[in-house]
Amino acid sequence: MSANSSLSSSRITLALLATAVLIFPLLAAPFGNAWVRIADVALLYIMLALGLNVVVGFAGLLDLGYVAFFAIGAYLAGLLSSPQFAATIESLQLDFPVVGAWVTEWVGPVIAAQGIHLSVWLIIPLAALVAGLAGALLGAPTLKLRGDYLAIVTLGFGEIIRIFMNNLNGPINITNGPQGINLIDPVRIGGVSLAGEAGVVRLGDLSIPSVNAYYYLFLLLAIATIIFSHRLQHSRLGRAWIAIREDEIAAKAMGINVRNMKLLAFAMGASFGGVAGAMFGAFQGFISPESFSLTDSIAILAMVILGGIGHIPGVVLGAVLLAALPELLRHTVEPIQMALLGQVWIEAEVLRQLLYGLALVLIMLARPAGLWPAPQREQQAHTEAAA
Amino acid sequence: MSGPLLSVQGASKRFGGLQALADVSLSVQRGHIHGLIGPNGAGKTTCFNVITGLYQPDTGSFHLNGMAYSPSSPHLVAQAGIARTFQNLRLFGEMTALENVMVGRHVRTHQGVLGAVLRHAAAREEEHAIEQKARELLALVGIAGLAQRTARYLSYGDQRRVEIARALATEPQLLALDEPAAGMNATEKASLTELLQRIRDQGTTILLIEHDVKMVMSLCDQITVLDYGKVIAEGSAEQVRRHPDVIAAYLGREAA
Amino acid sequence: MDTLVQQLINGLVLGSVYALIALGYTMVYGVLNLINFAHGEVLMIGALTGWSILQLLQHWVPEWPGMLKLAIAIIGAIPTCIIVSLVIERVAYRRLRNAPRLAPLITAIGVSILLQTIAMMLWGRDPLPFPQVLPMTPLHVAGGLITPTQVLLLLLALLSMVALALLVERTRIGRAMRAVAENPRVAALMGVDANRIIMLTFAIGATLAAIAGVMWAANYASAQFAMGFVPGLKAFSAAVLGGIGNIYGAMLGGLLLGLIESLGAGYIGDMTAGVLGSHYQDIFAFIVLILVLTLRPSGLMGERVADRS
Repeated sequence: MSANSSLSSSRITLALLATAVLIFPLLAAPFGNAWVRIADVALLYIMLALGLNVVVGFAGLLDLGYVAFFAIGAYLAGLLSSPQFAATIESLQLDFPVVGAWVTEWVGPVIAAQGIHLSVWLIIPLAALVAGLAGALLGAPTLKLRGDYLAIVTLGFGEIIRIFMNNLNGPINITNGPQGINLIDPVRIGGVSLAGEAGVVRLGDLSIPSVNAYYYLFLLLAIATIIFSHRLQHSRLGRAWIAIREDEIAAKAMGINVRNMKLLAFAMGASFGGVAGAMFGAFQGFISPESFSLTDSIAILAMVILGGIGHIPGVVLGAVLLAALPELLRHTVEPIQMALLGQVWIEAEVLRQLLYGLALVLIMLARPAGLWPAPQREQQAHTEAAA
Repeated sequence: MSGPLLSVQGASKRFGGLQALADVSLSVQRGHIHGLIGPNGAGKTTCFNVITGLYQPDTGSFHLNGMAYSPSSPHLVAQAGIARTFQNLRLFGEMTALENVMVGRHVRTHQGVLGAVLRHAAAREEEHAIEQKARELLALVGIAGLAQRTARYLSYGDQRRVEIARALATEPQLLALDEPAAGMNATEKASLTELLQRIRDQGTTILLIEHDVKMVMSLCDQITVLDYGKVIAEGSAEQVRRHPDVIAAYLGREAA
Repeated sequence: MDTLVQQLINGLVLGSVYALIALGYTMVYGVLNLINFAHGEVLMIGALTGWSILQLLQHWVPEWPGMLKLAIAIIGAIPTCIIVSLVIERVAYRRLRNAPRLAPLITAIGVSILLQTIAMMLWGRDPLPFPQVLPMTPLHVAGGLITPTQVLLLLLALLSMVALALLVERTRIGRAMRAVAENPRVAALMGVDANRIIMLTFAIGATLAAIAGVMWAANYASAQFAMGFVPGLKAFSAAVLGGIGNIYGAMLGGLLLGLIESLGAGYIGDMTAGVLGSHYQDIFAFIVLILVLTLRPSGLMGERVADRS
């Protein structure tokens, strides 16, 4: 029967895909570490896009400042697992000596000299919690606003957070301003640092490139995020969010506390971003406000929209495409231009921006449901279909 | 249990210069189908929206089952036990009929984030119960076979039924229907009448706005008539039919 | 820290630019009920076009009077901005007029990115020094300083706003614009071609943005592909402050926001005991926006902004 064979053929596709994903680092090995590194970042973007999808796709709230939560998670890791806190204490001692002395005494000489170094198992839930709270806080003023105003206000919040991150280096040095935070601890699992030594992790006789180790960690996190999102979508909460998206008044009339549900959407989406941010900080070892600008908020939004707003597989596709794209371009477009034209007329960076812009415009005009929208359920359009 | 199910006393609502409702009082008895009629612009929709929390009244006290409720927000009203449908249909277009009705269960269930993500036994049970109840309600309104149909693509009559099923899913004590027969032909109206009687017989009290006076007369146990924002008559179909003010209101409007 | 008078002058200058841009937002919102997110980029295109024109003039006819060269730059920037604005309307907004309201906003974001990228390709990534064709020596006014460029800016802004007010209040076209803003369908029944009025609205907004763009670049002596975005957002906040949809609101909101920002930047150090400095200046516009939308969504002079389902 056709249903059975299409089921088994999609099972085979799934199995092939799963295998490819699992052995990807091996497949990419001949081409050097670069592609696995790209994949690592793409996996983080999957988490980000899925987080934004909860807000935009499920609840229908256009958040243009989403990167702020990515930043919060990253800076949390930056402050709590690097030497940065020592610098904070130093600035306290300089400008607010009384407070500085008290804090120094409270945290002890080790932290005062080396900063706080919490383990990743603490950082992750903390990042989720703090970012989630921030999500609810930033979402709160937007609850009664119409869609486009909500977008602009969230954009404003995103910018405000970026400005703070850029300027909170004085009088108390919390974020180290435009210079960013360096020497963030890598992820340590069971005593083994995923950064390894000289980029290689040794486990007894095995040695794995650090990027590969992170690949599998992020793959796990991404899969967890996908499962999380899927379960949220197909639950009482998910239905409530979609109801709010479809018709807020009807949702209220059915007893849904729209205000709380919107706050919850903001908080959940933000918490995904926070975790991704903390991992980003640990992975790169270094963060600066430049990585958290409006362009990045828009890039994440573009991933959700390009892929298929509200549809989890589509969002994953969108994230992979737009995360891998810049690198792909850098490796193809520039050499091609060099070969054909003798110089690079359009840099990969410029081309990427062009493509983001085109993607948003073309998708909205031609295929608003995205590249991979949710499969249409039974329709059978009636002649009397109501408005 | 004695006393009316719904008691509205002295409700008023002004929109700018227009007094849409002026000191309106009405009582809906348990187990009745109660009609709210009146000429165009009489204030029926305003009254309805005030009772169900869509508009804030200027004055008025509202009691459901003897307990005061504040119509300050639609979701509180639903929690208290009044569920409504909309004149212009407000379904969740992208959801299936089944999902629409399942949303109605939201207010009587409580699984949150943990339940959604962990899917432990209690959460799974609740989900199962929600789906079962939704299917039962779809069967009650006669469209069990359309459960998987996307709501946007249902026929008008079927969409109305989904909306009723969805409202019933909130386990209301009072089901408030805003012109449920609008746009229906005679056959559909007969079918709707029969459905509403079935719902009433199963124990749900109904309050409805309707323009089709004949249908209201045959269906409703009690009728309240509004005109110019005031109650001009209240009683059984027979009493209302013969009430001079009612006749004047309708004829007077038609003559003018 | 500058004197109060100086800050007021700065605020007025800033506010005039915001007012000119805010008018573009508010008029489009009036007729289409949507936020023209890409409007800030029109400002940028105006500034960069003006730059290019001035480069040519400086090269070929450096001896011409500065005012003339600047005038030519503005006159040359205007058609460019109009074309860009009309293209935006045609491509991004017209087909989506009946789509859910987020669609045109997302498209506008895409257009905004496209415009910035194209500008980056044409004019490069780095800020370009804007030729100072007017004398640079500032004039003394009541204890503050104001440059000739700034005086011209204020003058042009005032003239533009008066001209716009006269257009809207006293002419047939203006009446048609108000009619379309009020009720497009009825206006159409009265014989008003809504599409043409909408195009005219965009064109007027673009003209004002062109003037604002060239004068902004002249005032700050710099122009760059990314220069339109932040002023655009702030001008939008100004439009909301004044009451979106109301052109007098846009003028008032723009001026007010300029003053708030200027005074705020000046006094923020005092207000926060040195914790926050003047580089937090950009925040004011956003805070104003959030406060207005939370507390008084209709703005100072405006009508409806709350959710109309």
